[in-house]
Amino acid sequence: MIGIVDYGMGNLLSVYSAFDYLGAEVKVCKHPEDLLTVDRIVIPGVGAFKDCIDKIVSTGFKEVLDEQVLQKGKPILGICLGMQVMAKIGLEGGENKGLGWFDATIVKLSPKYPTLRIPNIGWNDVSFDPNIFLFKGVPQNADFYHVHSYFMDVNDPSDVVATYEYRQRVTAAVLKDNIFATQFHPEKSQDHGLKILENFIVWKP
Amino acid sequence: MAKKRLIPKLQLRTSSYNPSKMVLVITKQFDQVYEIGDAVSQSKIYQDQAADELIFINIDKRDKDIYRLSNVIRKVSEEIFMPITVGGGVNTEEDFRTLLLNGADKICINTAAVRDPAFISLTSIKYGAQCVVVSIDYKKESDGTYKVYVNCGQEKTNLDPVYWAMECERMGAGEILLTSIDNDGMRQGLNLDVTELVSKSVSIPVISSAGCGSAKHFIDGFLTGKADAISSGTFFALQDQSFMQTRSHIKNAGVDIRIHT
Repeated sequence: MIGIVDYGMGNLLSVYSAFDYLGAEVKVCKHPEDLLTVDRIVIPGVGAFKDCIDKIVSTGFKEVLDEQVLQKGKPILGICLGMQVMAKIGLEGGENKGLGWFDATIVKLSPKYPTLRIPNIGWNDVSFDPNIFLFKGVPQNADFYHVHSYFMDVNDPSDVVATYEYRQRVTAAVLKDNIFATQFHPEKSQDHGLKILENFIVWKP
Repeated sequence: MAKKRLIPKLQLRTSSYNPSKMVLVITKQFDQVYEIGDAVSQSKIYQDQAADELIFINIDKRDKDIYRLSNVIRKVSEEIFMPITVGGGVNTEEDFRTLLLNGADKICINTAAVRDPAFISLTSIKYGAQCVVVSIDYKKESDGTYKVYVNCGQEKTNLDPVYWAMECERMGAGEILLTSIDNDGMRQGLNLDVTELVSKSVSIPVISSAGCGSAKHFIDGFLTGKADAISSGTFFALQDQSFMQTRSHIKNAGVDIRIHT
C-alpha cells in the first residue's frame, strides 16, 4: 500500500491516479497515523516552501514522517516541492527550516541571466546515473516535465542522481538510502514518468 | 533552456444538443463556434501524440459553472498523465482551489485579473507563481493600436496587451497566454508582432495562440515571435497531416522541441 501525504494543499489527484493506473494500491493519508499502515510514502508538492513545511509540522506529519522514514526505513518519494521540503533550509519566502533529510538549501534558479525564464515551466533533458534502479527502463536524457522557480542546492554531491541544464546544473533527483525525490513531475511526464513510478512501487532500497 | 512547447487548446462549451454536457468546440474570431467532439477522448489522442501540455478553456459566454468544468477536468486527469491548465470563468480563490483539487496543475485567469489585479498576487502567493497563468485576449483597433478584451472577447478595455503582460508579471503571474482575437481560427499564422513584443518585455514564459494553420506558423512563432510555447485549438483538432510530421518540420527548422521516442 502506497500512502500519499495530504497536508491540505494542492493537487493530489494526478499522483493518486497515476499509481492507480499502474495497478498499485494507493490511499490518500489525511492524518499522520494513516502512514503507520502503508509500506511506501509519497510527498507530492505544489505551492510555496513555507506554507508546505508549516502545514507538515502543524498537522503532526513531521514527527511521524521522521519515524517512518528515518527509523523504520520505509521507501519514500518526494515530488517537486515534496522534494524541496526534504532539504535542511529553504529560501523561498524567507529562510525556513525543512525536514532536514538532505544537507541542502533550496535556492532560486539563477536570476543573473536576463533571458532565463523563471519559473522554468516545461520539458528538460534529464541525465541520470544509469545504475539507479528507479531510472530502470528510462532512456538517458529523456524529457521530464518541470515547473519550478527554486531548486535544491545539495552540499553532498553523492546525494544527486540526476541533473538537467538550465544555464547551470540543476538538481533533478536525489537519493539517499530509502529516500528518493525528483524535482520534475513523474506523474505529468507521460510514459517515462510512469516508468519511474512503476519502479518506485517495487523498489527495494 | 526548457524546450519549446506545443500545446493543444481544448475549448469547451455547453452542448447545444444536451445542456447538461460540455462539448469540445473550435472557434473563429471568438464568434463562430463549431462543436467537434468530446474533451476526454480528444485528450487521450493528444497524449498519445505526445503533446507537451493541454489547456482547457470554458468559452461558453453564459454558462461559467466551475463545478461542471471541474467534472470534465477530473475525468481527464484520471486518464492522462501530462500537465493541464484550466480556465474560463475563474473569479474567486474558491474556483481556483476547486479546479486544482480536480486535477488542474495551472489555472488560467482573464477577466478576473483585469477587474482586480490583486487577484493575481493573492493566488500567486497562495499557490505559487507557476500555478497562475494570465490569459490576455487582444484585438487590433482601427487606429492600429492593440487593446485587451475581457469577458470572452465581448468587452473592450483600455489596456495595451504589452503593458498588461508586464503588469501581470509584476503582480506575480507565472506565465502569459496571449490570444489574438483577430487571428483566432483563421489559420493564417500567429500575430508575431505582439508575440515578440510581449516575449521581450517579460521574463516569465509566454504562450502565444490563435492562427496556426501549418508547421511554418509554429516555426515563425518560435523563431520570430520568440514564444516559449504555442497553443492552438483548430490546428490540432483539424489536422490533416500527422502530428509527428509537424513536430519534425519544427525541429528541423532549428527549434528545440521534444521529439518523443
